[in-house]
Amino acid sequence: MTMAATFAKRLIGSRSSQILCTVNSTSSTASTSVARAFCSSTTPITATLFPGDGIGPEIAESVKKVFTTAGVPIDWEEHYVGTEIDPRTQSFLTWESLESVRRNKVGLKGPMATPIGKGHRSLNLTLRKELNLYANVRPCYSLPGYKTRYDDVNLITIRENTEGEYSGLEHQVVRGVVESLKIITRQASLRVAEYAFHYAKTHGRERVSAIHKANIMQKTDGLFLKCCREVAEKYPEITYEEVVIDNCCMMLVKNPALFDVLVMPNLYGDIISDLCAGLVGGLGLTPSCNIGEDGVALAEAVHGSAPDIAGKNLANPTALLLSGVMMLRHLKLNEQAEQIHSAIINTIAEGKYRTADLGGTSTTTEFTKAICDHL
Amino acid sequence: MSRRSLTLLKNLSNGSRTQTRSVTYMPRPGDGAPRAVTLIPGDGIGPLVTNAVEQVMEAMHAPVYFEKYDVQGEMSRVPAEVMESIRKNKVCLKGGLKTPVGGGVSSLNVQLRKELDLFASLVNCFNLPGLPTRHENVDIVVIRENTEGEYAGLEHEVVPGVVESLKVITKFCSERIAKYAFEYAYLNNRKKVTAVHKANIMKLADGLFLESCREVAKKYPGITYNEIIVDNCCMQLVAKPEQFDVMVTPNLYGNLVANTAAGIAGGTGVMPGGNVGADHAVFEQGASAGNVGKDSIVRENKANPVALLLSSAMMLRHLQFPSFADRLETAVKRVISEGKCRTKDLGGQSTTQQVVDAVIARLE
Repeated sequence: MTMAATFAKRLIGSRSSQILCTVNSTSSTASTSVARAFCSSTTPITATLFPGDGIGPEIAESVKKVFTTAGVPIDWEEHYVGTEIDPRTQSFLTWESLESVRRNKVGLKGPMATPIGKGHRSLNLTLRKELNLYANVRPCYSLPGYKTRYDDVNLITIRENTEGEYSGLEHQVVRGVVESLKIITRQASLRVAEYAFHYAKTHGRERVSAIHKANIMQKTDGLFLKCCREVAEKYPEITYEEVVIDNCCMMLVKNPALFDVLVMPNLYGDIISDLCAGLVGGLGLTPSCNIGEDGVALAEAVHGSAPDIAGKNLANPTALLLSGVMMLRHLKLNEQAEQIHSAIINTIAEGKYRTADLGGTSTTTEFTKAICDHL
Repeated sequence: MSRRSLTLLKNLSNGSRTQTRSVTYMPRPGDGAPRAVTLIPGDGIGPLVTNAVEQVMEAMHAPVYFEKYDVQGEMSRVPAEVMESIRKNKVCLKGGLKTPVGGGVSSLNVQLRKELDLFASLVNCFNLPGLPTRHENVDIVVIRENTEGEYAGLEHEVVPGVVESLKVITKFCSERIAKYAFEYAYLNNRKKVTAVHKANIMKLADGLFLESCREVAKKYPGITYNEIIVDNCCMQLVAKPEQFDVMVTPNLYGNLVANTAAGIAGGTGVMPGGNVGADHAVFEQGASAGNVGKDSIVRENKANPVALLLSSAMMLRHLQFPSFADRLETAVKRVISEGKCRTKDLGGQSTTQQVVDAVIARLE
């Protein structure tokens, strides 16, 4: 009877059909999941995992180990980048992989190296366009125990991911004159502004700053600002301000504590989010999550695939682990997210087990084990 | 510029009051006649800081006199008489002009640069001795293309809710800015020029910029040339700024990189800079020309005049009065290194006037 009650509870939630599907398809795990349901009242969630290339598989292993030790109810569906171009997607990512993410609505992606060549879309571009990932969220906070020049960074950058300067629309007018189009639409700006304020509200943030250059690009960034203002009116409890991007850069490097949540169009977002990553220690420690329509969330590690240290057990899994934590928070598994997050922070703060890029000598497996011990 | 002054500073701090002279500059007869310079005080803190410059020039008896013109950021165009004056004098010193955001008025700073064809904007970001910052060994010169790129101002609404903005890159402008950057490096004994771009995404536009830079680089085999993507560049600036020397960038990235570099080296209140073209030169506070400070700073007279004072030193060198420039720079640097007289943005409590008085007191 309790089983039926748990399932009934889930039916009211938004993910009802999906859970029923997974329970029906995997009967053996259903029994263990029901057993777990007695203690934690959650049924296993299927999530897509793209280990990626280079150091990808090692750090993905690390994530799987930590998640299992923490008792996170996630079943991973692993997909690899193919070796041939799938004609249905025009890239090395197969249709099955994309369908898997669309179905599961959550995923975790490791670093993918785009193979050099022509006639296919870049992997990141394929994911972005096919899954309609419109916002890129990157929390940047100083890791206690890992000293950089900045100690008090605690901000989130939310970047519009589909249009702006990255529309890819360029042409040569005459020889020696090139034009590149920057496109800003009301729909995309509203969408990302809505997400930014919603995120600020659900994560207890007090201030949202819109970054722009509307004194020069009056119509395009002006439209972006107008949309942000409209959304700001619906959230009167959150302070809203607008900052010109050159001031923003200067303030970030002088006093990053001035900022809370930043929302910006594509190009500025790219630059500012990398700048903020630099403030806290680099891309090897930065988590990130891409949000798409219909509640799709694809967390990813933004660093490269580091082919020179691939397979040597030297890679730092922190970025992928923290992205996994973001994914858990998106799934509202806040308890386990907090657990794993504290374990990571404490391991790095202790300083005994650190990988080479943080100045230590541990291997990936040692670091992972230390985190599991801290759980 | 900073290296020479550092040796002078070292000698001065050693207690010896005799200034070691470098090889004497031999002027042409008649060069000592006072030169006219157009002065635009501008908005916000502008009048405060330009007044500071006027006072210091007066105290030094420098052979420049200022023709002052009032221009506000809200005006739709720079008045014709001001443009004429600049064309006649060829050199101008200005405070910031605030551009109203989204207001339909195009920026006067940009207008000035386009009409006078000031195609190169230069900001020198360096650590001032005695001013503590998080980063050491910063000495970066950012040379930014000033007339085209994203600032072409060509925007239109395609349909309601969809707006397009054109970014224009031409071979002509990219070439001349690259040539200026390498020439600057050559004349100032700089070893490396880095081109900042985003050509992996904007393949044609930034690709054209890079092509022009590479062509010019071939003509200067003694100067190292490399390229860096703009987001990686900002990250490296925050982590390891000592790897950069001279940076050449298109318009928008130059704005961001200059402000970031200014921020890590002490803030826009202290970085000198200017805009230069084939015929004219306009000197102003280094980065952020549109930033005119908060009202509270204007009311309390706590604006930082150091940036404009150092820019006016650059102007004096441009006018070929190197000795006055050296004296001014040395005095300013001594005031900063002593640390007693600093405005709010540098962590002190002094007013603008107090800093000016301190600088005048330390002029040789």
